[in-house]
Amino acid sequence: MLDTIVASAKERELIAFRIAEQEFCVDIMAVREIRGWAPVTPLPHSPSFLRGVLNLRGAVLPIVDLAARLGLPATNPTARHVIIVAQVNGQVIGLLVDAVSDILTIGDGSIQPPPEVASGRVRTFVQGLVAIEGRMVSFISLDRVLPRPEAEAA
Amino acid sequence: MDPMDAIRQTFFQECEEQLAELESGLLAMQGGARDSETVNAVFRAVHSVKGGAGAFGLDDLVRFAHVFETTLEAVRSDQLVADAHVLKVMLRAADVLADLVRASRDGQVLDESHASASATELASLGGPAAGPAIADDADPLASLMFQPMMVEAAPEPDRWIVRFRPRAEMYAKANDAVMLLRELARLGPTSVSLDASDLPDLATLEPEGAYLAWTVQLQTDQPESSIQEVFEFVDCDCDVDIKPADAVMAEEPAAEVDPNADVMALIRSLQAEVAPEPEPAAIPEPILVAVPIPMAAPIAAAAPPPPQVREEAVAPKPTIRVDLDRVDRLIDLVGELVINGAMLTQRVGEAGISRASAVTVALDELEHLTREIQDSVMAIRAQPVKSVFARMPRLAREVAAMTGKQVRLTSEGEATEVDKTVIEHLADPLTHMIRNAIDHGLESPDVRRAAGKPEEGTVKLQALHRSGRIVIEVSDDGAGINRAKVRESAIAKGLVAPDAVLSDEETDNLIFLPGFSTADKVSDISGRGVGMDVVRRSIQALGGRINIASRPGKGSTFTLSLPLTLAVLDGMVVTVAEQTLIVPLTAIIETLQPRAADIHEMGDAARVIAIRGTYLPLIGVGAALGWADPERSVTGGVALLIEGEDGSRAVLLVDAIQGQRQVVIKSLEANYRRVPGVAAATILGDGRVALILDVDAIVSDARGDAPFAETRAELGLAYA
Repeated sequence: MLDTIVASAKERELIAFRIAEQEFCVDIMAVREIRGWAPVTPLPHSPSFLRGVLNLRGAVLPIVDLAARLGLPATNPTARHVIIVAQVNGQVIGLLVDAVSDILTIGDGSIQPPPEVASGRVRTFVQGLVAIEGRMVSFISLDRVLPRPEAEAA
Repeated sequence: MDPMDAIRQTFFQECEEQLAELESGLLAMQGGARDSETVNAVFRAVHSVKGGAGAFGLDDLVRFAHVFETTLEAVRSDQLVADAHVLKVMLRAADVLADLVRASRDGQVLDESHASASATELASLGGPAAGPAIADDADPLASLMFQPMMVEAAPEPDRWIVRFRPRAEMYAKANDAVMLLRELARLGPTSVSLDASDLPDLATLEPEGAYLAWTVQLQTDQPESSIQEVFEFVDCDCDVDIKPADAVMAEEPAAEVDPNADVMALIRSLQAEVAPEPEPAAIPEPILVAVPIPMAAPIAAAAPPPPQVREEAVAPKPTIRVDLDRVDRLIDLVGELVINGAMLTQRVGEAGISRASAVTVALDELEHLTREIQDSVMAIRAQPVKSVFARMPRLAREVAAMTGKQVRLTSEGEATEVDKTVIEHLADPLTHMIRNAIDHGLESPDVRRAAGKPEEGTVKLQALHRSGRIVIEVSDDGAGINRAKVRESAIAKGLVAPDAVLSDEETDNLIFLPGFSTADKVSDISGRGVGMDVVRRSIQALGGRINIASRPGKGSTFTLSLPLTLAVLDGMVVTVAEQTLIVPLTAIIETLQPRAADIHEMGDAARVIAIRGTYLPLIGVGAALGWADPERSVTGGVALLIEGEDGSRAVLLVDAIQGQRQVVIKSLEANYRRVPGVAAATILGDGRVALILDVDAIVSDARGDAPFAETRAELGLAYA
């Protein structure tokens, strides 16, 4: 009994999703909800990965094309694309991804540091790698998904 | 938050209300109100502040409030006539009291002399006990602190019977009878007997009612006033009767000989005392009555007055305190409901259901209901402008004292309600305008006399609703604007050309220009480096306008017009590069169809448009936002002539106008950050987000001054 509690305390749950045939995941605790794509309102003078803003029950959310943010080709969203609504640093943002694939339960120790090969852009966001059933899932840190104002100004 | 801090905060909030009540009461008395209700309200306000301050150990505050209270008591008991001089002193004392409250709140220490000067002034008015105390003591505060409130002729007896019957209000205010009994016990040995005879059956028991009473026999060497002090903070909410024990024995020997045998008799006599009191809570009795009440009332007539404390005829309307965040959340949700309803209606229409079908009719009803809910919810956040107006009399007194002018400030329409988001932004411009009216508008008393006017100048503050906006007027009966001087000053400062032909109205409006100030000498009242241009800018930032009307020798009137809320905005819905945008209606002066002949190239990129002989910059909104090619042809579009916050004009080019509507303002910063050229966002009937254009940012960007200078005043929008 005690063992189970100790084990579960060390486990964490991740939401895995696909972008351009690659698998990524984020901590489930950051995710508020998952919803389908809807047309967004573009913002002027905004970075290319920011698709625009969307109304989520009265709140105006910025929608980030995660593919473009990770340096992959920009997504051409359709009704089958998915927005992961996540809370990051007290703000709520939407992440445009191809599809949500799984909920992963892993031990804390099973996230490996990313190898040195990855490019600078990916290294900024990919915090670690999770190997599960032969798949490689990149664990993304959401902290840096939205650009900081000062970084943008430079 | 620390619970104690929260209570403290509530106390200071209530203090502000009491202080407002105090001031308005005193002003009403100044205006001739002499009824006991007003005097009582004033007394009650000071008393409540004192009570709360005592609980928090704010001794300075208690001391001063006590002196103030003593003077008020003299007025209340007709020992002191509240003539003009007395009221002036009391108004000053009210200001000092407010300063003390604020100093205590912010943990500052106020200059002792400030309070003691006012206390001396109060005491010198003469009250029942205050007068003689001053003579033999240098510090009036200290000497007054322990003045007994009743003059006792007989020597203090050392045994007392205290009868104490709390009312439900006392418990509702979180006072505890046990504490009071304990406090009594500290004065000397006590013997307490409980009277639980009013306690009903459990089935009929009112859980928040008050049924218990106590009789305390107290042996003490303390004076009667010390016993009264125990009940000082609850005396409005309970019945207390303090009598020397021998007096009670004389009336009621049985009670003393064998209290247990005839407790019922004692209780009945107590009830007999309780019953005849007509308005228990309405008229507080801060001075405990030690006059014997005849015990003649028959028991039948004195049947226990069960919770007779409810619903006082004179009691103010019940109110609750609600965290503003909760109301804001509610407003948000109702806004959503409206949008959702609109979407549903649209979908039903798309589904080809007839307009006469039951579904459509029900939807119409739903929409109606939703609008009504929205109005009611917005009304929750609406507040009377009184909360801002109430600060002005003090300001007027201070400015009048500083300038040596005599001022009478009158206000009208204090009950006019406006959204809290607007109220918060009203105080600063109003303060400035009142200062300005007294300092620059009104003449000094001798000039006024020479002009055949009364020496006392009048400044009038008025609020009213007009066509969905709130209008606030500040008018004075001073000299009016000295147009020659204004013109001369504007020319000297290079604000207008020396040969400019200006109408009177245009001349008056020069005072709103940045960098304009007519004061020959910089006074510390209105000449604080902020001119009327600042007032105008802050008003415009709220989506409002300010106008001036002046008649030489008769005075000036400033008129502010503001939206009733900052949570919604009147906007023009336009299309730009296939996107829907909202342009704040307050910025738009007119719309027009540009003719190719009126548009001229200027340099390599800029274009100007001729409108009735004036060349104005022409800005393509689509290009400014980076959505459209700047070289696009301008014909076929619609031009909006707009005026920025600084009064500069420009013409914005959009593709089409869809219409006008009221939109709910949503923040972009909440989840993202400021976006250049965008003031805020809103949600349209179809559920999509539309951006509200930051007209000033667009114009100043086009002008080339600091491209989208970060964090502009952003229209001063508060977000729903």
